[in-house]
Amino acid sequence: MRKLIALALCLFTVFALVACAQPAATTDTAAPAAGDASQTYAIITKSAGNPYNEREASGFEEAITAAGYTAIVKHPAEITAEAQITLINELVAQGVSGIAVAANDKDALETALKAAMTAGIKVVSLDSSVNPASRLTHINQAGVQQVAQALADAVLDLTGGEGDWAILSATSTASNQNAWIEAQKEIMKGDAYSKLNLVEVAYGDDEYQKSVDQTQALLQNYPNLKVICAPTTVGIAAASKVITDAGLQGKVIVTGLGLPSEMAEFMGEGTVACPYMFLWNPIDVGRVAAYALVEMVNGALTGELGQTFTAANGTTYTVTEAGDGGTEIIIGPPFAFTAENIAEWKTVY
Amino acid sequence: MQSQMKSLFKKLRGSRELSLFLVLAILCVAVQLRNNAFLTSKTINDMLKNYSTTITLSLGMMSVLLIGGIDISVASSLAFSGMCASLMMRDGIYTSTLVMFLVSVGIGLLCGMLVGLVITQGKVLPIIATLGLTNIFRGATYIVSGSRWVSAYQFQSAFKQFAQTNTLSFGLINNLVFITIVCYAVFFVIMKWTRFGRRIYAVGSNPEAASVSGININAIKFAVYSIAGAFAGLTGAMYTALYASAQSDMGMGMEMDVIAACVIGGVSLNGGQGSVVGVLLGALTMAVIGKALPLIGVSQFWQTAIKGLIILTAIIINVLAQRMMRKNALKEREI
Repeated sequence: MRKLIALALCLFTVFALVACAQPAATTDTAAPAAGDASQTYAIITKSAGNPYNEREASGFEEAITAAGYTAIVKHPAEITAEAQITLINELVAQGVSGIAVAANDKDALETALKAAMTAGIKVVSLDSSVNPASRLTHINQAGVQQVAQALADAVLDLTGGEGDWAILSATSTASNQNAWIEAQKEIMKGDAYSKLNLVEVAYGDDEYQKSVDQTQALLQNYPNLKVICAPTTVGIAAASKVITDAGLQGKVIVTGLGLPSEMAEFMGEGTVACPYMFLWNPIDVGRVAAYALVEMVNGALTGELGQTFTAANGTTYTVTEAGDGGTEIIIGPPFAFTAENIAEWKTVY
Repeated sequence: MQSQMKSLFKKLRGSRELSLFLVLAILCVAVQLRNNAFLTSKTINDMLKNYSTTITLSLGMMSVLLIGGIDISVASSLAFSGMCASLMMRDGIYTSTLVMFLVSVGIGLLCGMLVGLVITQGKVLPIIATLGLTNIFRGATYIVSGSRWVSAYQFQSAFKQFAQTNTLSFGLINNLVFITIVCYAVFFVIMKWTRFGRRIYAVGSNPEAASVSGININAIKFAVYSIAGAFAGLTGAMYTALYASAQSDMGMGMEMDVIAACVIGGVSLNGGQGSVVGVLLGALTMAVIGKALPLIGVSQFWQTAIKGLIILTAIIINVLAQRMMRKNALKEREI
């Protein structure tokens, strides 16, 4: 499966290159093989105990270490921007070369990250972005458009082309969630989706108790609901659990973005709560963040629109325009988990 | 007969639980008016099942608040004990649901005993001690789990079924809700009619007097923190069974819901005051708020603020009603 993703990545890169009409290998990453051990790169996750962030951090660590540098993984004590600001200030004082951050708040980190950049530290965001002023570029697992398109098509397919559907999100302030939902709404203004009716966007705050309440309320308030689309790991699992416990498999279908291990129970052959869902390879997200930072410190990459660089894995990445006015590096389209492949992925993450 | 009726009425009017019950009833009726699917057996069953954890955990918090202490580490103990017990089930050390529950309660009890030791022997203020320990327990949860979740497919199916069936009460009510009811019944008896229960109240309302009268205050303190830990362990097992998932950040922030439930239920943060029935009503109020908010069609963005507003209003109404009752009682005494 990883080969498939790699293939998809390569195809996407080729496409991006043609689109940019820029010769490849304008920059050379050849990181010092022996490494300059004085260079330290840090990654700040959203919170400890988030397996998705953990995998990102492991990819980051692996790529940094492979290039011969030192990697630091920092977990904030709480899922708040304040806790992340403390960590950023620590890293600035420590004088690291680069910081990759999965933001808990889009704007709240601005002062701290700007101070870091003023101190000469390269800053990128990954997973959940910070505002364009607070970063050099953003590492995006998949473009907002690509995720939204995949989700929109899934809703279209699973409803059979018409009927009521709802979104179950995480918190109402999560920047990635909101970007996907907005783009999905935009795409679904198209003619193909005209018979679909989005009844509500509910927020479960990535807590089981609240997500269960929200799912049950959706089922009760909208008796004709056909699909619940949950672009968040706890939400999609909680919704699938409610549907399964209520014996509504096949009547109300769940899809969205979820962790294969959490969702394995609700996927598979026969009538299940979730026939298929999407996610990407978080290890790759962490790796690309590492490549970009290393390139920024040792190469010519500044995060400006249209730049390209070839990473240590041989792939060439392009800096493209992000929806929020800044720039981003997109890794690839989301990956579909289905009844056929869930069994092998559930042990991965 | 008439005087008996009169005294019953007086007793009712003077009871702090009555005002709580009224607040809860008004809340339920208000929600029912907005959405008539609320007061149905399905919704209520769903609500009790989903909030059996919060309602049960409130008992542990109550016992700590009664002696004038506080324990903000209960949610982390919940996560730690639930996670440890789940990991052992995942790794096939045991398969029985009962054993899993016992292990979780045991680990929770140990956590609680540690809290009790730090507070009684270390002479640390409860809020500081539990603030430190809440981080230690949460951190320990990340470490033992390697920050990975125990997912639904890794649990025994009997364990997952347990949270969805009615076997314990022979088909009457959901197993988790049944556990909650049993806990409340046992706690009611302990608090009302046993020497231990009364001593908890004594330590809370006047520690010096309690000490002079020969009560070992430290022993009582140690006991209530241990009880709170054991309840956290029990709730950890219930949580993982209910959602068929053990996450290291599970139950984060639940201690605040539980404290709110106790305070709405009339438990004094200064200790010595509060009843099991009051806590039950307070916890039910929290459950109704959580369950009802998505049902009444208010904007998603307002729900959190409205939750806070309802909690505050409930407490204010409760305080005012009690003050009025006390005034009336005083008046009657003068006559």
